[in-house]
Amino acid sequence: MTSQSILPLELRAVNFEVQGKRLIKDVSCTFEQNLRSIIIGPNGAGKSLFLRLCHGLLQPVSGQIIWQGGGDRDSARQQAMVFQRPVMLRRSVRANVDYALSIRSVARPEREAIIDEVLQRTGLSRFADYPAHALSYGEQQRLALARVWALKPQILFLDEPTASLDPPATHLVEQIIEAIHVAGTRIVMTTHDLGQARRIADEVLFMHRGRLLEHAPADQFFDKPKNEHARAFLGGELLWWHPKHPLHKPGSKKEICQ
Amino acid sequence: MIEFSEAFGVAFSLLISLDHELAEIVMLSLSVSLVAVFIAIIVGMPLGAALAIFTFPGRKFIIVGLNSLMGLPPVVVGLVVYILLSRSGPLGVLGLLFTPTAMIIAQVILVLPIIAALTRQIVVELWSEYEEQLRSLGATPWQALPTLLWDGRYSLVTAMLAGFGRAIAEVGAVMIVGGNIDHVTRVMTTAIALEVSKGDLALALGLGGVLIFLSVGVNALAYLINKPASLNNPINKPTLFRSPIKENVR
Repeated sequence: MTSQSILPLELRAVNFEVQGKRLIKDVSCTFEQNLRSIIIGPNGAGKSLFLRLCHGLLQPVSGQIIWQGGGDRDSARQQAMVFQRPVMLRRSVRANVDYALSIRSVARPEREAIIDEVLQRTGLSRFADYPAHALSYGEQQRLALARVWALKPQILFLDEPTASLDPPATHLVEQIIEAIHVAGTRIVMTTHDLGQARRIADEVLFMHRGRLLEHAPADQFFDKPKNEHARAFLGGELLWWHPKHPLHKPGSKKEICQ
Repeated sequence: MIEFSEAFGVAFSLLISLDHELAEIVMLSLSVSLVAVFIAIIVGMPLGAALAIFTFPGRKFIIVGLNSLMGLPPVVVGLVVYILLSRSGPLGVLGLLFTPTAMIIAQVILVLPIIAALTRQIVVELWSEYEEQLRSLGATPWQALPTLLWDGRYSLVTAMLAGFGRAIAEVGAVMIVGGNIDHVTRVMTTAIALEVSKGDLALALGLGGVLIFLSVGVNALAYLINKPASLNNPINKPTLFRSPIKENVR
């Protein structure tokens, strides 16, 4: 693997649509190296789609996604993603990590040491020979993290990795994400948990209805969000306001919307 | 009702005495059908998985065709294979007609569509669950194919059993291409058909009992092989009973 970075990642006026419905609208931004970016926004804001576009699982209908760094020309090999619901292959915990390494053509003799290390660091060593499906949900998510950690990606996308985990499991997952970051991986993660966003974020991207409305350093965003929707979101208001329904402005106390 | 009680007696005594002729028929039935199913698995499973993963022009037609072939009438398959293998047919020089090989060929044609179509169905569902994850890891469709077959192995046993059921129970095709020749191509189903036509209903029913017994045996075996990984293995439900050792993440 090359040590040269594929970052920064630049998005230029990226649009994405499904059956003519535009779900990501004119998103432009740049991800610099070695930061932790948290993407927040209400359900349906396009956070997950945004991650999949960056990761290359989806292709934009217009706009460009450019890896600016001079590193590996095959940028996909330097990326990894953890999904909200991890897919566990029906084999042992160890074999799950081994599979990921074999797909990235890591030589067999090198794999053992890598697998042992990541399982140990994610606290899964003693489950190494268990079927992955036998793990609890929190352990499965840790295995998903171990699996991507073994790949030593330059950038890691995480799609709400702690949704439906209890606080202790969430804490463990956050610790692992931190450790992966310290080891030199760029983190881009979505979450619904504002507390988590505050704990992890170096910078925050706020999305609403397919648009990137604010992209700011974490301190600045949480102290003084510039965007009114972001303010409403941080204030715990429901974001059902729509320009076509001016009655339902942020802050109004109407409970039902069309 | 006299036939049923007699048949039980006949079936029982056939099994107990390990009648040599019966053993020969049973072995031929099993070997023809198992070899046919084995070939159909080797060809049909990758074919079904490929139809699930790859998109190419004409794919839908192939899928519709494959699904319709699941209901192929064995007699028609037997007839077609008979014509192909008969002396004047295009493959007549091989001299395969009225041999177990001809019966295997006919059964492969019957079983292959079932196994391929069921495999496609199982892999399609698995692929919808796995696709993003495998693509994210960097797997090509060619790498995903064996992964999906391996991960679908417990469900795929059902496809194998469906194929075996079709092969072992089928009479029309093996009758035509095998010819029901004593000691050469006589299998359980053709023997039953023969005894019925001779009027020995008790023996026919007895043979039927043995056939059903065999079928149940194969299915039970498949269930037992399948079981450890799915139900019986205690480590599949360990989260409830595991000792609560605190683990630390470094």
